[in-house]
Amino acid sequence: MSSGVITASYIGASALFILALNGLSHQETARRGNFYGMLGMGLALFVTIFGLVTDNQFLLIIGMVLGGGIGWVLAKRVEMTHMPELVAILHSLVGLAAVFVGYANALDHGGAALTDIEKTIHAVETYIGILIGAVTVAGSVAAYLKLSAKIGGKPLQLPGRHFLNLGLLIASIWLGFVYVEGAAEGGGLAALVIMTLIALAFGVHMVVAIGGADMPVVVSMLNSYSGWAAAAMGFMLGNDLLIVVGALVGSSGAILSYIMCKAMNRKFINVILGGFGTKPKGDGSAAVVGDAGDVRSIQSEEAADLLKNAKEVMIIPGYGMAVAQAQHTVYEISKKLKSSGVNVRFGIHPVAGRMPGHMNVLLAEAKVPYDIVYEMDEVNEDFPNVDVSVVIGANDIVNPAAQEVPDSPIAGMPVLEPWNGKTTIVLKRGMSTGYAGVDNPLFYKENSRMLFGDAKDSVDAILKHLS
Amino acid sequence: MKIGVPKEIEEGEKRVALTPEAAHQLQKLGFVVAIESKAGEEANFSDEAYSQAGVEVISDPQKLWTSSDIILKVRPPKQHPELGFYGLELLHKGQILISFLYPAQNPELLQELSDRGVTALSMDSVPRISRAQKMDALSSMANIAGYRAVVEAAQHFGRFFTGQITAAGKIPPAKVLVIGAGVAGLAAIGAAKSMGAVVRAFDTRPEVKEQVESMDAEFLMLDFDDEDGSGEGGYAKTMSPEFIKAEMDLFASQAAEVDIIITTALIPGRAAPELITERMVANMKPGSIIVDLAAEAGGNCKLTEANKVVVKHDVTLIGYTNLPSRLAAQSSQLYATNLRHLLTDLCPEKNGEIVVDMDDEVIRGATVVNSGEITWPPPAPRISLAPKEDVGLKAKEALSQPEEKPAHPLAFLIPLVLCGLGLFGLGTVAPPAFIGHLSVFVLSCFIGYMVIWGVSHSLHTPLMSVTNAISSIIVIGAIIQVSSSSPVVVALSVLAIFITSINIVGGFAVTQRMLRMFRK
Repeated sequence: MSSGVITASYIGASALFILALNGLSHQETARRGNFYGMLGMGLALFVTIFGLVTDNQFLLIIGMVLGGGIGWVLAKRVEMTHMPELVAILHSLVGLAAVFVGYANALDHGGAALTDIEKTIHAVETYIGILIGAVTVAGSVAAYLKLSAKIGGKPLQLPGRHFLNLGLLIASIWLGFVYVEGAAEGGGLAALVIMTLIALAFGVHMVVAIGGADMPVVVSMLNSYSGWAAAAMGFMLGNDLLIVVGALVGSSGAILSYIMCKAMNRKFINVILGGFGTKPKGDGSAAVVGDAGDVRSIQSEEAADLLKNAKEVMIIPGYGMAVAQAQHTVYEISKKLKSSGVNVRFGIHPVAGRMPGHMNVLLAEAKVPYDIVYEMDEVNEDFPNVDVSVVIGANDIVNPAAQEVPDSPIAGMPVLEPWNGKTTIVLKRGMSTGYAGVDNPLFYKENSRMLFGDAKDSVDAILKHLS
Repeated sequence: MKIGVPKEIEEGEKRVALTPEAAHQLQKLGFVVAIESKAGEEANFSDEAYSQAGVEVISDPQKLWTSSDIILKVRPPKQHPELGFYGLELLHKGQILISFLYPAQNPELLQELSDRGVTALSMDSVPRISRAQKMDALSSMANIAGYRAVVEAAQHFGRFFTGQITAAGKIPPAKVLVIGAGVAGLAAIGAAKSMGAVVRAFDTRPEVKEQVESMDAEFLMLDFDDEDGSGEGGYAKTMSPEFIKAEMDLFASQAAEVDIIITTALIPGRAAPELITERMVANMKPGSIIVDLAAEAGGNCKLTEANKVVVKHDVTLIGYTNLPSRLAAQSSQLYATNLRHLLTDLCPEKNGEIVVDMDDEVIRGATVVNSGEITWPPPAPRISLAPKEDVGLKAKEALSQPEEKPAHPLAFLIPLVLCGLGLFGLGTVAPPAFIGHLSVFVLSCFIGYMVIWGVSHSLHTPLMSVTNAISSIIVIGAIIQVSSSSPVVVALSVLAIFITSINIVGGFAVTQRMLRMFRK
């Protein structure tokens, strides 16, 4: 295959990937978008394998078939509630691949003769590619462990962690110079290995320092990193396809992170530096909260009655619904209400759950039609007309303190406003705080009713009383 | 302690301060409850219903007044038309009276209560703060008055409220103007709206615009410097003459257009402002209706006569002052619940004993006489119901202020210049191939940036799994190197191919699976 054909195919693949992302912008075209992505990937693989591979085809095929098989099984088996973990671990694979490819390239000196400046640039590219790759691997694995609750969700904050990070950064830069000098003579591997270890440590440290509520930002940030790693590899190999795709993925992840941060009214840099809700500032959160006796608890039967007699119902799911796997029953309830003439809608906060769009996926799994699922901005103004809001396992995203208490840690974060409706039913295990560690004045509001218990048991009981 | 509820003696007053349901709840708090015979009759609560709820029915009002520790009433005490006693003079030291007392308008009543050494709580003095909403009887009565105002208007109005197109011709919808969007105004808007009318509302407080619009009514704006009419406690205050002139012009133009005007403008402790002049009334279409909820305080229209329905200039003016009483069962129920909430707060131990805790902001506000000592007016409430400055907004402002340093108009050029210089520097040393790759990279970043902004929020998870799958394009790098002669490089490449293959297949398959679930 001539290099012209290969380049042309790469251009085609790049275009297909852009179409894929574009297709994903709307529900109607999303599946087509995914198809474009597969087509682009297939095209790129096809021309590369048949155009550039000269040896070791057998190993190549074994690797692909084995990997593909594992990937297939993973994708079929994963439960929708475990989506964030799957995405996190898949990110780590991209990072790991980047590290491997980078090392392979560093070890392979069979390349064409390069001028001095080209050598330097190439060494820098390799170095940066491996660095980003290693941070992605370690960060993703840490995020995976955190999301699957194999390690605690509480931010781990070492004393002087900012200085530690700064030290690691300076060390990496210094090692970079060592490597670039060494690489000119064909060595420098030691510097590369030490840097890799430092990057791994940095990746872990960065993610464990971030609180669980910030996981959506972390996941999309790692997504972005995996893209930048691919782009760096593209520079290293002089391959435009890798650069294009890496840049697409990198900027996509970066924008998602930005959207998530905006949804929490926080600066990206603060999220990355971690420590959300660990330092309760002043007693601002306590000031608005009434005495704990003011909470009005109800039983599932009363909750069912409230729902039956309502005209407009808004369901606000949170991470608790995902944990309790309650989405199917919630949909049963909404169907039942709908058939008796109640208008049921779902209001989704952008950072509900542990990854961007987490709630939408769960509701889709439960077959909730997406046209009754609304974003926060679409429904927030409608709350005065809502008769009953049902908050299922959500806390910080419905916390009025964000608007009412200027020195609250979540002040200014956009929140859903069910308290403007007539009645709010809050399904919750107990009176504990959310991830942000802030008390929630919503629970003490006059028109709030608390239904204590496991979300799944509670919705099951409500469903029973509805039928 | 024993609670006694006398029959209301004001003429036309049908409400009662206790319902059988509330009586039941009060007994749970440890109170003994008694009611005057036939007190609930006009609100459709029979003596039997009370007896069944465990309430002692007493036929002699004097006995009821003297034997009760706590008296619950709707209206302030007044001379009995037949028996000729006030009730007031029967009160003795230690008794508690809870009722609407209007302390500002009734200083003599306050003095008399004080002389008798009683404790009096006035329901209209309950501070309008969030925590006290459950006992805010003014709001619950205003809600009923607003609803009833529309019902009264409908009764006198000669047409439908809702527009219809029938075989016998087209019927335009009635146009309703509600002036003053307080609790009563909002209730009127809701009632008129649900009957199908076109509803407009006006209020001097700009913050209620949102509330009006949330009821699907149109908020009439004045073309005027934003003078804020919010006074203390969620009420309106008196406005400047210029503002009033602009306001009157608006009303004049609206009067000629609308069919029904419902006015609810009241400023606490003052005569109601005149909003609808005689000329405006004359300009209204024949058959139009004005319901003046401020009739008791002189009326927002000078032509209204309190407690009467009059027709002037072919316009029906309704001046009922007892609108809540015209929905006696409903208002008794809400008022009794307000009282019960207040008594719940007054009885923290749930043992039937009252503790007047003057440190409690709500109880402090409501208590106008405490064991003979006049405690009215209370210190100003700390928070108003509709805060003039939204605290949340303030917080946002506080957060955003540091960013609002006025930037130099050309400041945006700095990063551009820096980037340009950087690129120039790079261009002088880097080989052309690198610059080519860099241009591809930068352009791709921009494409990614543009494309991703359009992605709908609900698709963020599929987007991430797809981008994850396509970032496995890194496999190309591994494939290129797999043919190397060095075994280490081959091994690393095969490993990379293996793990990216997991990612490619897994990423696309799981995306497909998710997308298949999304359905209409």
